[in-house]
Parts: sequence; C-alpha cells; structure tokens
Amino acid sequence: MRLATEAFVTNAERALQDATLQQALTRLVNNFVPRRLEAMAALGNAEELRTRAREIKAEAIAHLDVYLEQFAARLQQLGGQVHWADDAAEARQIIASLAAQYGVKRVVKGKSMATEEIDLNAFLEQQGYEVLETDLGEYIIQLAGETPSHIIAPAIHKTRQQIAALFHDKLGVPYTEHIPEMTQIARRTLRQHFLQADMGITGVNFAIAETGSIVLVTNEGNGRLSSTLPRLHVAVMGMEKIIPRLADLPVMLKVLTNSATGQKISSYVTLITGPRRATDLDGPEALHVVILDNGRTRLLHEETREALYCLRCGACLNVCPIYQNVGGHAYGWVYPGPIGAVLTPMLVGLDRAAHLPRASTLCGACREACPVKIDLPRLLLHLRHDLVQTRRVSPVERLLFALWAWLMQHPTLYGWALRAAAWLQTPFARQGWLRRLPPPFAGWTQFRDFRAVATRPFRQRWQETLRHEGASGGETRHG
Amino acid sequence: MVSQSVPQRPWRVALFATCLVDAFCPEVGEATVRLLRRLGLQVDFPQAQTCCGQPAFNAGFRHQARAVARRNLEILAGYDYVVVPSGSCTAMLRCFTPELFADTPALAAQAQALAARTYELSEFLVRVVGVERIEATFAGKVAYHASCHLLRELGVKEEPRRLLAQVQGLELVPMELAEQCCGFGGTFAVKYPTLSDAMLRKKLAALQRAGADTLVSCDSGCLLHLAGRLHRQGEGIRVLHLAQVLQPTTEGP
Ligand code: SF4
Repeated sequence: MRLATEAFVTNAERALQDATLQQALTRLVNNFVPRRLEAMAALGNAEELRTRAREIKAEAIAHLDVYLEQFAARLQQLGGQVHWADDAAEARQIIASLAAQYGVKRVVKGKSMATEEIDLNAFLEQQGYEVLETDLGEYIIQLAGETPSHIIAPAIHKTRQQIAALFHDKLGVPYTEHIPEMTQIARRTLRQHFLQADMGITGVNFAIAETGSIVLVTNEGNGRLSSTLPRLHVAVMGMEKIIPRLADLPVMLKVLTNSATGQKISSYVTLITGPRRATDLDGPEALHVVILDNGRTRLLHEETREALYCLRCGACLNVCPIYQNVGGHAYGWVYPGPIGAVLTPMLVGLDRAAHLPRASTLCGACREACPVKIDLPRLLLHLRHDLVQTRRVSPVERLLFALWAWLMQHPTLYGWALRAAAWLQTPFARQGWLRRLPPPFAGWTQFRDFRAVATRPFRQRWQETLRHEGASGGETRHG
Repeated sequence: MVSQSVPQRPWRVALFATCLVDAFCPEVGEATVRLLRRLGLQVDFPQAQTCCGQPAFNAGFRHQARAVARRNLEILAGYDYVVVPSGSCTAMLRCFTPELFADTPALAAQAQALAARTYELSEFLVRVVGVERIEATFAGKVAYHASCHLLRELGVKEEPRRLLAQVQGLELVPMELAEQCCGFGGTFAVKYPTLSDAMLRKKLAALQRAGADTLVSCDSGCLLHLAGRLHRQGEGIRVLHLAQVLQPTTEGP
C-alpha cells in the first residue's frame, strides 16, 4: 500500500472538510461504539476475559520463537507448508512462486490486513493474475480502486449511494440503492469467481501452536469459500497471530468478536487444520502458510512488545476522537487509528510517520476499549521519546523545552517571568483574554482565545494573602 | 458555608497548585486552599514548586521532564498528603513520575512514596477526607466534563459528581460525550489546531444540547481550552473548576 503518512495533516484537514465522510464516521461511531459497550457489559465478566486474553497473548509473544516453531512443525506433519517472509517483498515473491508452481490463473481473496500490508493485489495483478476480493467491503474498495479505511469495516467511508453508483458503473447492473439487492449483485458476481479460482488467499485471525491450526473469523463465509474451493490455499499471517493452545481459542474469540462488532460470536469461525485429507469431502489440495515478519521482530523489545498483542478488532479506532474525526485514510497506511499510530511508525520507520504518534491527546479511550488492554498511550509516549532521542523534532521545540526546563527549575526566575509576561501582554490583553498569540503558539488562537497571564499569579496571592489567612482568622479550627 | 460535619484533622497538606493554576487561574488555587482549610486541614504551598513536568514528558522530552519532576520529590516530601486541583498533573505525579525514575532505585523509592500520598482534589475530598456533606450553594445548571487523565489514568469517575450533587441549588444536567476528550492534550492543541478544534466543537455542541449554563471540570487545561473557544464565540456559558463551585470566592483574576 502506498505510504502517505507524511501528508497526515493535509489528509486530516481534507477529511474534516469532507461532509460525506463525516456522515459515514458519525454512523460508524453511533453504531459500533454502543454495540461493543452493550456486548461487553452483557458478558458479565469482560474484565476477567480481557485480562485472560492479554495473558494469553503475552505468553505467546514472550515465547514467540518457540510457539511459531511448534506451529510450523505441527502444520508440516499435517501436510501443510510453512514459509517465513522477512519482509513484504519476500512474502510477495513466495506467493507469486506458489502461484506459478501450481499453474494458477485466478485468485480469490478473503479479507486480510497482512496482504494489504504487503500490497499483494497490485503485485499479483502485475504478474498477470486475476485477483478478486471476496469480502463485500473489500470488494467494494477494490472496485473503487481505493484502500480500506477501517480494519474490520474497510468500506465504512462510502455511502450506500456511492456504492450503488459504483456497482452500476463497474458491473453494468441497473442502479439500485436497495441493500439486499446490492448484496445479491455482489454475491452473484463473487460466486462465479469462487468456482473458477485456482488459488484462495486469506489472512489468519489466530494460529494455534499446539494443533497447527489456523482460525478465520468472518461474517460472510467468504473466508471459508476462499480457503476450501480453490485447489491451493495460501494463508498470510503476521507472526504475532500465534496463540499457544486450542484451549485459548474460546477466550480469544469472545474478546475479538465482542470488541469488533459486538457479536457473541461471528457468523463463521473456521478452523483449518492442514490441507484436505483423503477422507475429506472438500478442501484444498495444498495449504501454505506465509509467516510475515516485516518489522515485527523489532517490536519484540520489552518496551514495545505489547503492540504485538493486537487482535485487529478495530475497537480502538471506533472510540478514538482523532479517528472519529478524520477516518482511516488520513493515517496514510494500512493500519489507522491508535494502533495504526503505534504500528505504522514502528513498521515503516519513525522518519516517515512522525506525525502519527504526536497527533493524539493521549486521552486513553483506546486503552479502555482494547480487548487485550494494550497501553496505547504509553506506546505513543514511547515513540515520542524516540522522536526526541533521534533528533526528529524541530530545533525550535528543542530550544523551547530546554528553556522551559531551565525556568521550571528556578522558581524565583519563574515567578519573575510570570510578572514579566503579565506586563508584556498588557497592550494586547482584553479583559483577561488574548486574541492572538505569536508563533509557534499561534495554533491555539486560530480557533480559541487564550487566557492572559494573571496579573497576580497564585504564588503572589499565596505570599501576600493566603499564607496569612492560614495563621489566623477561621484557622482557629485547626487541630 | 462551613461544613461542620467534618471533624478536625491534624494532617499537613501540601497544595501542588500546578503551573496552569499559578499563571492563568489563580482563583482556582485560592478556592482550593480555602476549601481545604474549611475542612480543618493545614494547608501549605511549598513555594519552590513550579510544574509537574508533564508538558515535556508528553512531548517526549524525558530528560527535561526528569529534571523538573525530580525537584518535586524533595519539595513535596514531608507532608501527609499532596493535593492537586488537576487530574492530569496528579497523574503525572502519581503514575508517570515513578516511571521516569524507574531506573534509579533511590529516586524511584521517593517517587513511589510521593505517588502514594498524592491525590487529585475531588478524589482526596471523597476518598480520604470522606466528605459527605459540603455546605455550598450555587445557582445554575451544571454539566460536568470528565477530564481524560482523571477518568482514565486515575479512575476517578463518580467523586466530582458526588461532590457537585451536595451543592445546594445546583442542578447537575447529563451531557452526552461527557467522558470524551475535549481536544486539549497540552501542546497538541497548538500543534494540531484543526484536529483539536474538531474535537472541541463536538464537546461544545454536546454542552449546548445539555442546556447547561455552567461547565465544571477538575482540570484547568481542559477548562482554559473550552473557555477559550466559548469566549471566542462570545458565548455566555460559565466555565468553572470544581473547587470554585465548592468554595465560591469573591476575588476575580
Ligand atoms: S489495539 Fe486493541 S483495540 Fe486496537 S485493534 Fe488492536 S486489539 Fe483491537
């Protein structure tokens, strides 16, 4: 996926002006947020489940090498193949070679963020393969030539009217805004492709080390079709998708679906344990799992490790006041929202995504929503510290903080500075407010007035009045 | 206006006023001091204090944050409690200061000790002092804005509302998005003004819908942000710190 992280501010401002997008985002928030809250409350033991889910991921990531090896060994015993991809290019190469090896012409895909991350579709198309997204949202996005704007609801930024026009345009069907009809149109087109495809590519929601199984969680059944109908099934997974045991799965599923869509369970949960066996009625002849690193091992450091616990449920996006205002595309890469603001800089480099960790108030709504309690604000702070350490902040900011720190260590000077500021502002202050601040503080007064420095700051009031009140008057009440 | 229900206490309380209160809203500091004294507490304002260090910490300047935070370990030592009229600065003293010194055992111990004695005002009043009946009157319809750090770092949710409910004549009205960030975020408001304002506008729209004539919160940062926009729009809604409602003061800024 093209990287547009550097243009975050411009993209965000454009998004704020986009009335259609704003409507779509309001719908998203009004829909997803209460659904998750109600579902989690109905669980009765959501807190316990979240703690347990976090423990499971923590264990998996702490022993990632062991569990991945175990998973690979089990899968191979079952007749599946495992491929290790260090980066996106290697993953694409592996998948293209598999396609060549199996004489593939047509590819159907289930929804997968990992394949977005490695920009697989464009690559396969360049190589002459026909690639079709089969998740309805992804299909819409593909038809429109766009990228997903939400982890679980990729086409959330599009209105029904836009989709109707798109279907009419691209599929040559009569224009209809009737949702069941539109779904039928998509289904008819997709069915045809499912039957013709030679290769199905899916993501992986969980990979179980103990059994060598991969788990797909979907609501449309397209994941199941993509993984069973074609001769060849290739599953692409970020290496963090591992969980140790089959017994861990119920907890993980519960927190995932309740957080993602407020569902007790998704419509389809597919456990795939190896390719088709002699006694199986259907299934692919071959199963290949591509395990993707693409920068993830760099996150294994203790400080950043918990970013790898992420289940890609999207809950943190829905509650994030930044995401709620600008939507997913503004973030400029595959992963938007708070988890995107953390993962993107870590995966593509701080240089290219310096805005993302900064553009947050650290309000903590994301952490409160996260099913595995990832401390996203802490991770953002960690990245901000990295930005400073690696001198990726402006010299002006460095200077200001150096001055600030010095002043704050000298209370007497600080007191004088307050008085000096109060005096200097007099020509500009109107009834205790300033309408304009000079750069680099001008951003504040673009929309808000700024409270003038008090003519008698608190320390002065203490010194002159309050201090003495404490020694007399009503203070006889003191014990 | 004195709450006779509260017995006298020998505790010595240090007020950590915060730099925002010191510079921009000294009346909040005054109200806090008088309120605490009214409850029978001995209040001191250690004058060497300046800032909790959070602006630098949040901007990633940990070295500078440490230098500033370190002073507080000594300045605020030796009191029974440290009371802060801000959820955000309390979070800095209680949650992030120990983290800053985690690698220096001696300082870490001091930071932990300070963290254990430090309370945000509403939390202190309800959980430590056990205030159940505050004698104060206030005429108005009040909406409460839950500031993010107070709510989600300190877990203080009901305390401010419980205190407001004790004020005679005060009508607490529910507000949608009461727990949603106002878009302040310290330097965020300056660095990303359009984003910050988008959040602010949603908050103020909710405030309008709530039909309140007064907005109350426990953090001066949020209050300055919200008041700044209301003032720019020429809106007459009052914006007050909790302390100012519990302890009305006659003196203006
Ligand atoms: S960080 Fe947490 S809330 Fe956000 S997508 Fe990942 S699991 Fe879901």
